[in-house]
Order: sequence, then C-alpha cells, then structure tokens
Amino acid sequence: MHHSTALPISISAVTKAYGAVHALKGVSLDIQAGEFMTLLGPSGSGKTTLLMAIAGFTRPDSGSIRFGDQEAILSPPHKRGVGMVFQNYALFPHMNVARNVAYPLKLRKVAKAEVDAMVAEALETVQLAGYGDRAISQLSGGQKQRVALARAIVFKPRILLMDEPLSALDKKLREHMQIELRHLHEKLGMTTVYVTHDQREALTMADRIAVINHGSLQQVDTPRKIYESPANRFVADFIGESSILPVVRDGNTIRFDGNALKTVTAPPDGPLALMIRPERLAFVTDASRDEVNTFAGNVLELVYQGDSALCYIELSNGTTVALRANTHAGGPLDSIVEGASVTLGLHVADTVLIPAGRDA
Amino acid sequence: MMTMINASGLSSDARRERIALLGLTSPAVMVVMLVMVVPVGWLFYLSFIGSDGTVSMENYRRMLDSRSYTRIFVTTFQVSMLTTVLCILIGYPLAYFLSQLPARAANICMLAVLLPFWTSLLVRTYAWLVLLQRQGILNRWAIDIGLLDEPVQLVHNMTGTLIGMVHIMLPFLILPLYSSMKAISPDLMRASSNLGASPARAFWTIFFPLSLPGLFAGALIVFVLSLGFFVTPAVLGGGRVVMVSMQIASNIELFFNWGAASALGVVLLVLTLGILFVASRFLKLDTIVAKGH
Repeated sequence: MHHSTALPISISAVTKAYGAVHALKGVSLDIQAGEFMTLLGPSGSGKTTLLMAIAGFTRPDSGSIRFGDQEAILSPPHKRGVGMVFQNYALFPHMNVARNVAYPLKLRKVAKAEVDAMVAEALETVQLAGYGDRAISQLSGGQKQRVALARAIVFKPRILLMDEPLSALDKKLREHMQIELRHLHEKLGMTTVYVTHDQREALTMADRIAVINHGSLQQVDTPRKIYESPANRFVADFIGESSILPVVRDGNTIRFDGNALKTVTAPPDGPLALMIRPERLAFVTDASRDEVNTFAGNVLELVYQGDSALCYIELSNGTTVALRANTHAGGPLDSIVEGASVTLGLHVADTVLIPAGRDA
Repeated sequence: MMTMINASGLSSDARRERIALLGLTSPAVMVVMLVMVVPVGWLFYLSFIGSDGTVSMENYRRMLDSRSYTRIFVTTFQVSMLTTVLCILIGYPLAYFLSQLPARAANICMLAVLLPFWTSLLVRTYAWLVLLQRQGILNRWAIDIGLLDEPVQLVHNMTGTLIGMVHIMLPFLILPLYSSMKAISPDLMRASSNLGASPARAFWTIFFPLSLPGLFAGALIVFVLSLGFFVTPAVLGGGRVVMVSMQIASNIELFFNWGAASALGVVLLVLTLGILFVASRFLKLDTIVAKGH
C-alpha cells in the first residue's frame, strides 16, 4: 500500500461555538502531506471538535478546511474519503471481522475477488491475518483496535484521522500500539491527524504536535521543541513535569534570587518565568562551571519511584523545585537524605525562560 | 497432602444457604401453583368433559367439524397479523424518530406515547366508537370539507377493530423497539458515513439490522396479546369480527357450555405457546447468527 498522493490539510480560521462556549476560536493549522500531526490538549480543549470538523461530523460556524486544493468543509462526511479510527472502535457488531473491513470497499463497488484480497492485505498489515471469520464480540480490546484500523486504511484513504484510539487499552498494550501505529504510518505514509490528551503518547508518536487549549492553538512544533522550549506557561505545565519559578527582569539581565541567570539565547520580551524540568536538574559539587546555573537549597522530601527518585528541594528564596535523580548504585541517592543542604546545577541550554502569563 | 481447614464447616454453611434460599422462594412457588398451575389444569380438565358429564373429546371434535370455528380461528390470526403489521408500519418510524431526539424532547414525546396506556382500555375503545361512527366526528368533518358525499362505515367492522387495536397495541411495540434503538451507538452511524455510506445506505446496512431484535420482541408481544384480545373487537367489531375470546365469552354467557369454552381456551393457549416457542428459537438463532457471523 503506497500513498504517494497523501494529501496536505489546510485549516484556516475555523470557528465553532456551542451557545456561549467557544469550542474553536479561529483555529488555523497547516498539516503537510504524509505528516503525523497530533492534536494534544485537556478534555474540553476543542481538539475533538477540530477532528470532528475535519471528518465532517461537526459543522463549524465559519472557516475553511482544504484537503489538497479541494475545499472539504461543505461536503458531507461520506464524500470526504478520509479514514477514521473511533475512540470506542465503532465496529459493526452484526458483521464479522472480514465484513467490517470489507464494508467501505463494498460501498465503493470494488469487485468481489479484489475485496477479498484487499481485506486480507489490510488484516495482515494490522497483524490479524486469519481473523476474518471472527465475530466482533470474540475479540479483545487490542484486536478490536486493529480491526478498526484495518477498516480505516483498507480503502487507501489519503488522510487518516484517529480519535484517542488507544485510550481504552491498558498501559503495556498502549505503549506497544504507539510504536506499532508509528511504524504503520511510516509504511503507509498517509497524512495522519491523531487526537490525544496523553502528552507522553503525543511526544512518542507525532512528527509535530499542535497543543490546543480553550479552543486556540498554543503551540505547533516538533515534540522536542514543545518539550524543551514551550511557548507559554500552559504548554510548559501540560507537557511533562516542570517547576515554574519567578524571576526578576533587570533590562536584559534576568535574576533569580538576586543572581543573574546564564542563558543561551537573549531572553524574550515581557514578564518571564524560569521553567525547570526535574530530570534536567542535577546535584553538583563544583559550583563554578561556566555552562551551568547553580542554586543552593535543602532537600524537603525524597520520593522513591523505582526507575528514578523525585526530590523536592526548597531553594534559598523559599521556592520549591523538583529534581529527578537516578537510582543506580553510586548515584546521588547514596548521599542525599531529607534535610541535607545541596547545590543544584542546571545547564544553560536547559535554562528556559517562558512568558509568565498563563495562556497564549 | 493439603490439610482441609474448616472444610466441613464451610460445606454445611453452603448447604444452610441453599436451604434458606429455597425457603425464601417457597411463597412465590405456592402463588404460582395457586394462580397458574391449578386453574390451567382445571381448564384442561373441563375441556375434556362432554355435555353429559363424562370424559370425552366432544368439545374438540366440534371444533374440527364446525366450519364456524375454523372461521373464528382464521379471523383471530388475521386480525392479530394485520394489527402487528400495522403497528410495525406506524411504530417503527415513530420509535426511530423518538430515538434520534435529544433526551429531554424524547422523554416528553414518550409520555405522549404512554399516556393512552394509562387510561382505561374501555374508555379508549368507546372513544373510538364516538370518533368513527356514521354520525361521528370523522365522518361529519370529512363531509363538511367535501372529502366525502356520504358517511363511510368505519366501525362495526374489520376497519374499526384494526384502528382500535393498533392504537392500543402500539406502545407494546414501541417500548422494546425504542430501547433497542437507543442502544445503537451514534458512533456506528458516524463510522458508516465516514466509510462512505450515504445516510440511507447507513440506515439500511447498520441501523435497521441492529434494531431487528427489538422489532421482533415488540411484534411478538403485540401478536400474542392480539390473539387473546376481547374488549376492542367486541365493541368496535360490532359482531362482524368474531375472535376466539369472543366465542369463549358467548359459549359461557349464552350456552353455559364450560367444556366448549375451556377447549377453545386450551387451543388458544397451545397455539400461543407454539408461536412463542418457534419465535424464541428463531430469535435465539438470530442472535447466534449475529455473533458467529
């Protein structure tokens, strides 16, 4: 299955209000052909509304959604030709696996022999070869997931939409399926829009992530950029763990607790805050290195979590910061105890200043 | 070997629980015996007693010999079948409409469906008589606006019987149908549409097959209830539509022939049970097909 003709999606100024609630406040987003784009946001952020608008199940109040150079916003869902995987799979319970997967092909009047071949190929792609005769009720959650996927890709759509497809699976299977979906996307190459509220899932899977909150895009960027240079406090908070500390601006010098912070790039305009990811912070003994900002504090609490330990440290100005420490033998846990006085080091490249305001 | 700690205590506890449960069900068992098994047994017994008081097949032989009895059974099945078909034709679209409404509106409309259900059957039947008779509202109105030149016979015949029975049976069809339609996830229709099905195609390939169990259940209730119906055909049929239940009544009221009435009752009961049995096999088969397909 090759999708040399994967379609780009161009969303511009899409608005949708439900009474007084503005689900989408003029969202514009360009998704490249063949890209894996994840819409990430908390529940009620508008990410599902946006996906439903792309699929045609929600009629926006205004805006444009183009597939390639075709305006799609006015066409009914059954004429859009996009594949979709629903959150609860939406498999037809009165049809077996093969008939579910063949359904879109029969609607397209594909010849019987070809239908059988395409169904077999799609089932093989999702590693369910030979399951065609099974009833839907006989399948496990993960298998239903795969059938839903096979049904969505069997007619070779050039755009694939997924609405939290893994949320009903347990953690192990979910993580396995994330990698599998990623590989499938590489193999099939269709433009994919994936909705999730799970920030780790978004980081694992996406080419780019569109973070959405209160119906507006907060940041659209690669997972690494989103994680390492969040555009605002919401993105910093929502993705990964972070401590956000107040800083004082003194012209172009940014001071934390009186000391000037060293940064790689010039600080942006406006009021700022310092964002520290727990795993980027380390205990140091030598406080004089150039590429490191240092902070002094006391260990308040130590939470052992197996693969790592979370240390809460009260800094000299009374603010608290979290540090994630390795648990290997000979590591920091050998010497650090609650109440100990410590020095923390943060690499200048990890010293991220973000706008102090809550939202974009 | 494993030691069995408390094994005998636990097993006697389990036995005590079984006895206690049996004790709790005994009142229900006795009520069922008293109001079900004894009367039905008595009915069977009476049906085999001839007019001279001895055991005989006389009552059943009469049914086979007399053409009027055959006609009564044919009428009964005809009325029940037509009522069921009409209920499906009217009830399916109505139940579909209800199932697609938002919860609030659906509740109000459901109330409208159920309201007649809570008024007396006799009152509703006589109300139809008032509406449908030659000088009734319907005929007068149709003449007034020039639709008819003279009144048409809407009551005291099959038409009147069917109008009345469909009205009374409709909720029995709509309730199970509505609940089976509500159980169909809107996501299934969305998925169908997303995969390329027009709204009509999505309805016939997804919604309709999934609503069939509810439709079968409702239709079965309507059909079986119609088989034994008395009041409505008696009032609206005007003596022209004679069903089994009415023949039973006249056997007792006019001829004081309990044997003949009992035999009719037995035949109706056996036929109804037979239909239920066949239908349940058919329904079970249907669910097996749906699962194993």
